[in-house]
Amino acid sequence: MNAAGFPVLSLVTFLPLVGAAIILSIRGEEGVVAQNARWTALWTSLITLAISLVLWARFDTASADFQFVERAEWLPEYGVGYHMGVDGISVLFILLSTLLTPICILASWESVQSRVREYMVAFLVLESMMVGMFAALDFVLFYVFFEAVLIPMFLIIGVWGGGRRVYAAFKFFLYTLAGSLLMLLAILAIWYHAGTTDIPTLLETAFPPNMQVWLFIAFLVSFAVKVPMWPVHTWLPDAHVEAPTAGSVILAGVLLKMGAYGFIRFSVPMLPQASADFAPFIFALSVIAIVYTSLVALAQEDMKKLIAYSSVAHMGIVTMGIFTFNHQGMSGALFQMLSHGVVSGALFLCVGVLYDRVHSREIARYGGVAKIMPAYALVFMLFTMGSVALPGTAGFPGELLVIVGAFKVNPWVALGATMGMVLGAAYMLYLYRRVAFGRITRDDLRALLDLHPREYAVFAPLILLTLWMGVYPSSFLTFFEASVAALVERHEAALGAARLAGM
Amino acid sequence: MNWTLALPEIVLACAGLAILLGGVIPKRETFFPVSMAVIGALVLTAALVLGQAEGTAFIGQYVSDAFSRFAKVLILLGAGLGLVLALDFNERAGLARFEFSVLVLFATLGMLVMVSANDLMTLYMGLELLSLSLYVIAAFDRDNSRSAEAGLKYFVLGALASGLLLYGASLVYGFAGTTNFDRLADALSGGTVSTGVIVGLVFVLAGLAFKISAVPFHMWTPDVYEGAPTPVTAFFATAPKMAAVALLMRVLTGPFGDLTAQWGQVIWIVSAGSMILGAFAAIGQRNIKRLMAYSSIGHVGYALMGLAVVNDTGYRGVLVYMAIYVVMNLGTFAVLVAMRREGRAVEGIDDLAGLGRTDPGMALWMAVFMFSMAGIPPLAGFFGKLYVFLAAVQAGYWVLAVIGILTSVVASYYYLRIVKVMYFDAPVGAPLDARSTGLTVVMASTGLLTLLFFLFPAQLIAAAQVAVAALAG
Repeated sequence: MNAAGFPVLSLVTFLPLVGAAIILSIRGEEGVVAQNARWTALWTSLITLAISLVLWARFDTASADFQFVERAEWLPEYGVGYHMGVDGISVLFILLSTLLTPICILASWESVQSRVREYMVAFLVLESMMVGMFAALDFVLFYVFFEAVLIPMFLIIGVWGGGRRVYAAFKFFLYTLAGSLLMLLAILAIWYHAGTTDIPTLLETAFPPNMQVWLFIAFLVSFAVKVPMWPVHTWLPDAHVEAPTAGSVILAGVLLKMGAYGFIRFSVPMLPQASADFAPFIFALSVIAIVYTSLVALAQEDMKKLIAYSSVAHMGIVTMGIFTFNHQGMSGALFQMLSHGVVSGALFLCVGVLYDRVHSREIARYGGVAKIMPAYALVFMLFTMGSVALPGTAGFPGELLVIVGAFKVNPWVALGATMGMVLGAAYMLYLYRRVAFGRITRDDLRALLDLHPREYAVFAPLILLTLWMGVYPSSFLTFFEASVAALVERHEAALGAARLAGM
Repeated sequence: MNWTLALPEIVLACAGLAILLGGVIPKRETFFPVSMAVIGALVLTAALVLGQAEGTAFIGQYVSDAFSRFAKVLILLGAGLGLVLALDFNERAGLARFEFSVLVLFATLGMLVMVSANDLMTLYMGLELLSLSLYVIAAFDRDNSRSAEAGLKYFVLGALASGLLLYGASLVYGFAGTTNFDRLADALSGGTVSTGVIVGLVFVLAGLAFKISAVPFHMWTPDVYEGAPTPVTAFFATAPKMAAVALLMRVLTGPFGDLTAQWGQVIWIVSAGSMILGAFAAIGQRNIKRLMAYSSIGHVGYALMGLAVVNDTGYRGVLVYMAIYVVMNLGTFAVLVAMRREGRAVEGIDDLAGLGRTDPGMALWMAVFMFSMAGIPPLAGFFGKLYVFLAAVQAGYWVLAVIGILTSVVASYYYLRIVKVMYFDAPVGAPLDARSTGLTVVMASTGLLTLLFFLFPAQLIAAAQVAVAALAG
């Protein structure tokens, strides 16, 4: 058994499905069903969060091994099993998923009024698939969760989204499906080569260099779409703009991390040679993503679109950090993934607060909000600063570490990341100025109410985390310390062995 | 002579004759009791099939092994549930004539004979028994010109295909000197093979490709699927397809098992063509039965991918794929049969608009089937694809695998479009009529199987493995 004494990962993964089943069985009048669905979803996600905190408390940060491991037979004769476990790289993402889900459910409490039951079911299924994906230690199992995420997200965007929701939902689905199916072929090739799909075993398997290149390309296509990297990022602004607020939060908070997680979990450790060969290419794409999408963000008229483009830029920093293959860069990338999950999620919630009141995401529609909604303006400013990576907020440690890591590899690459920070300050402050300050030009804005208690409850944990991650990053960095160290060491050993073999 | 080996077929044939008599004698219409009797006969036959001994009978013309058992159980399942779908529909559409059920029974008998065929003559006999029954039930709604057209079209093209098959069989007989599968395998195992046999093989392949509606012999499929009454389409899309694929596997791996180099490339092209056509031609369809016709062409392409790789892993993939295909197709057609508005059957994709609001239960099952057909995990359709792709990758058929991947993405577009119409669009017009309990049961049971297959994949795969071992041995 594992450190917790009970199958905690399976429980966290499948408990939301139980909640979804309960919600589906609710019968009665529409209003009653909606209210019961909301409460059931909230309690399910809160209980899931509480159980997942066991991971935080009982995780042994000194070890780079997989912990809380569970195994069950699934298809034994084919080397495919039900294998769950977490290491320092994945454990915090499970917590991020379980934290953001109750927040999303709370944030949708009033803004979602139609088909509440289906909405809550979709969110709980989504949570289950996200957690399962981060906990899966079998490649086929991972793929099942990785793809299954598409179904609830497709429905969330398509049913509860904005005006062009159908287009956005299809684009999101087909883009990511095309990428992941190529990964499926790669998984099948790996399965055939190694005879197993058990991830810990595969991490120890050496693949021939020629095969590594093809596998890397297949993984790259799949993960690059998910991250998303330039030039396959175009689905993201559409999906974000059309998705309901909570959908955007999950999309930015967790789903974008799936691609980067894939790189760090599979591409780098399993394909060290190909990763090293492709690193300059990834750097180039990352720098283009950072600079280009920052410039695009500067020109946006729509708040959600602006934040969506900023996400592409921030994820560019993450991919850059991963492919530095040094301790600082990789830790920074992981930290940046977490902080981006918290901060950009919170920023979408901030947009949602205004959208609920005014029903417009157009920046020009606002102005002078700080005078009418001071508390909201303060919260919004905090997250803006977090996104800008002001020291003392969550965004800073990650970006700093990535820049340090990149500098060790190539100063010019580091310069690209720094450009991103400068431009990031420009577009975020420009956004904040146009929304929060200035004269109040529209009379209907004067009647806006400031944050109410439910919204405080939504923002409170995110504010706390943003400050905590900024002021005392060690409590998070220690989690991936050992795993990243092992990863870097193994990567260098593999490269060294390859170099020896080449001599 | 060990004729008791064929007990399931004999029992089914006798039951068919008895039920036919029982249907004719009473003065009033006997559709419902006759259908119940037919379903009972199918269940009884399934029980007999499960207990069937292995071996050959009728001077080697008939074979019973794990492979035939696997295929027969699926065929009987498809036929039985297909008949359940027809019960209510036929009553409402004025097609409640007992001949329908009897014809389904004889078609099923033909399929059982097909999968147990161990001789080109048995093969032809089973195939014709199936085809003649199908020609009639395709045109069963005889006052409807589309149904009559479907029946006639199917008959003309089907007769052509039968002719091709028969001509191929005669060539094979002429050049190899026997029609028995085992002796054919012996005769063809020695090095050089005469061109005549290969030409014959190609003709036989063409005839069978017609029955499974694979490209380039698919032309009849959309018209017949669209024109025939919906429960008939449901029947067409499941049991006969399973039977014909099983027969194709038996013929290719048995008597022509040493000519893999020759038929492998034919199947490769047929498979790739079917996947591509199935994906692209379905995009523009507005009639859901037509769409399902193209979808079935695509699915046959995926299944044949397993056959094209010419190894046991691939054959196993075909069986797993077909088993899953039968189940999810039955469920989809249960939804299609339930599509009635103000007493009339409707077939437009737009008629499903807003189903997510007006009938959440049915919409949920339909969404499950559509996502499964698109191959999205964790639904059953994904595992079907997984096993054929695995075989293709193992055997190094990268081009075929990549074609399969790309067409899956294209095909997922039209499956998603149905989900979109159900959930994203607002309801138009009156809600669909209440459906019968039988349909709900079929929908829910096949839906649950599709949804929860990932919990117990090992049993089906083990059964397919045993069946393939019998085929190779």
